[in-house]
Amino acid sequence: MLDNNPNFLLMVEGLTVSFDGFKAVDDLSFYVEPNECRVIIGPNGAGKTTVLDLICGRTKATSGSVNFKGQELLNKREDQIVLAGVGRKFQTPSVYEDLTVFENLELSYPRGHSVFGALAFRRDAIVKARIAEIAATIFLEALLDEKAAFLSHGQKQWLEIGMLLIQDPELLMLDEPVAGMSVAERKKTAELLNKIIKDRSVIVIEHDMGFVEDIATRVTVLHQGKTLSEGSMERVQNDPKVIEVYLGH
Amino acid sequence: MSASSHRLFSRQDIIGFAILAAVIFIVLPLALDSFRLNLFGKYLTYAFVAVGLVLCWGAGGILSLGQGVFFGLGGYCMAMFLKLEASTPENTAIQSTPGIPDFMDWNQITALPWWWEPFNSLLFSLIAVVMVPVMFAFIIGVAMFRRRVGGVYFAIITQAFAAILTILIIGQQGYTGGVNGITDLRTLQGWDIRTDAAKETLYYVNGVLLFACLLIAQFVRKSKLGRLLIAMRDQEDRVRFSGYDVASFKIFIFCLGAGFAGIGGAMFTLQVGFMSPTLVGIVPSIEMVIFCAVGGRLSIIGAVYGALLVNWAKTSLSESFPELWLLGLGGLFIAVVMAFPNGLAGIYAEHIAPRLAALFAKRQTPAAVPKPKPAE
Repeated sequence: MLDNNPNFLLMVEGLTVSFDGFKAVDDLSFYVEPNECRVIIGPNGAGKTTVLDLICGRTKATSGSVNFKGQELLNKREDQIVLAGVGRKFQTPSVYEDLTVFENLELSYPRGHSVFGALAFRRDAIVKARIAEIAATIFLEALLDEKAAFLSHGQKQWLEIGMLLIQDPELLMLDEPVAGMSVAERKKTAELLNKIIKDRSVIVIEHDMGFVEDIATRVTVLHQGKTLSEGSMERVQNDPKVIEVYLGH
Repeated sequence: MSASSHRLFSRQDIIGFAILAAVIFIVLPLALDSFRLNLFGKYLTYAFVAVGLVLCWGAGGILSLGQGVFFGLGGYCMAMFLKLEASTPENTAIQSTPGIPDFMDWNQITALPWWWEPFNSLLFSLIAVVMVPVMFAFIIGVAMFRRRVGGVYFAIITQAFAAILTILIIGQQGYTGGVNGITDLRTLQGWDIRTDAAKETLYYVNGVLLFACLLIAQFVRKSKLGRLLIAMRDQEDRVRFSGYDVASFKIFIFCLGAGFAGIGGAMFTLQVGFMSPTLVGIVPSIEMVIFCAVGGRLSIIGAVYGALLVNWAKTSLSESFPELWLLGLGGLFIAVVMAFPNGLAGIYAEHIAPRLAALFAKRQTPAAVPKPKPAE
């Protein structure tokens, strides 16, 4: 099966986390190829966000393995996982409200991550050019000097996507990137996501089926912490188990 | 704007530093007699702690209620050196064991403890003034921040450290001078520190060291590390997921604040002539936070004024109403937190600076009308 492919970027095997006996994620395995866009869908409480939390180190797994480019991630700290090349966007926009858009992007620029590196960090032409480039991509080039607190909800989401983009991660994890957006913002965001998922692997949690159909290489359906179905959008949509879970509840 | 706001000194900063320098080096020495100047020198030693707290608490959101520990450790390191110098066999000839500090003799100790020996060296003592507090802060920092202890829990634990150290110093009377502290300090390498002239010199040394610390603090705040601290205060998780090891930054800033406090403590010992556990415990530690809050916890310059003002008020009020002072201090803290969360610096930035700006703008372009401030 898929296991024989040696070129997986991310291999999640037997991943389990139990909160006081409740298994939020139960013996989950899946594999992500380079440049694949994997969408995770599932009913509320299926464990979708927990899976992302486990991969990026925010929640500690009870057992299992998360292998990224040959490195085990489960025993690493969050910041080490980020530096290994995994970026994560949270469900609610989390940006630094007291800092400007420029500063938000600057802090995410992948240089000077140690204490003394941060003290010695200089804002040179390369950094400025890169920030300008990213700001243009995320439609915020006119707002670089604005404090992030004054941005709209949608603009904060874009800023956070920009902060991930400037890190240039090999694996990008997005948790409901278009949730809570107006129709116009949603359209622009879809456009933006389509642009940025091209040269990397992406794991997306999303409910908007139209959007999923548009971007997904492969879809994983989670139910009660386990994989219910996996494959192309078409296959998943016609899977009787998936239909039952979605319609039977 | 984004470029200019990250130069080491903005125009505002230069004005702020210049005014403070004028106050410390010109106005106070001219306006005060040598007794009062020495008092203000003492107040300024607390400013070291307050500046450190601006970095830890104001910028980084790490509230330490135990800065007195570091102030005290720095002060005790200095006092140990001065005490040894004062305890020559000739000066202590009447003791049963001449050549050791008097309080040791009173406590039937007959030989200098081994850990006092290195404090015979001035160089070692000066290094210890900074390094002992920094190392202690490092140990606390690693133990707390690596386990992600923060907020109120961290504040309470630091307070416990302040209590523990006080109890330890008082309990180990024979080694530390107990509740009286280390007193009767006389000379520094033969230079009598008790004369008016020496006290004046020490005042200026103190001022210069304070400015050195202010410059370091300014550099840190204007570096990317300064912006990271603000980011950590607001969104600690997000900073982790931008690839930063949050704990190491907290440990660094906590150690820096401890180092500043240690220098302040040593200057206190030199200027006041003693060091005692009353400067280490919970009450002085909380007072130090109040200096910082009154001055403005986001402004390093404000913190210096806060330390000066609150201490000056303390001296004036406790001379007339000793029993009311603590209540007054508590009331002041509540008033500042409720009404002026950014302290003196906030009042300046919100009310005075705009008016000054309007005034200057008016002079240059007479047509310009000052904008009414909704906050007023």
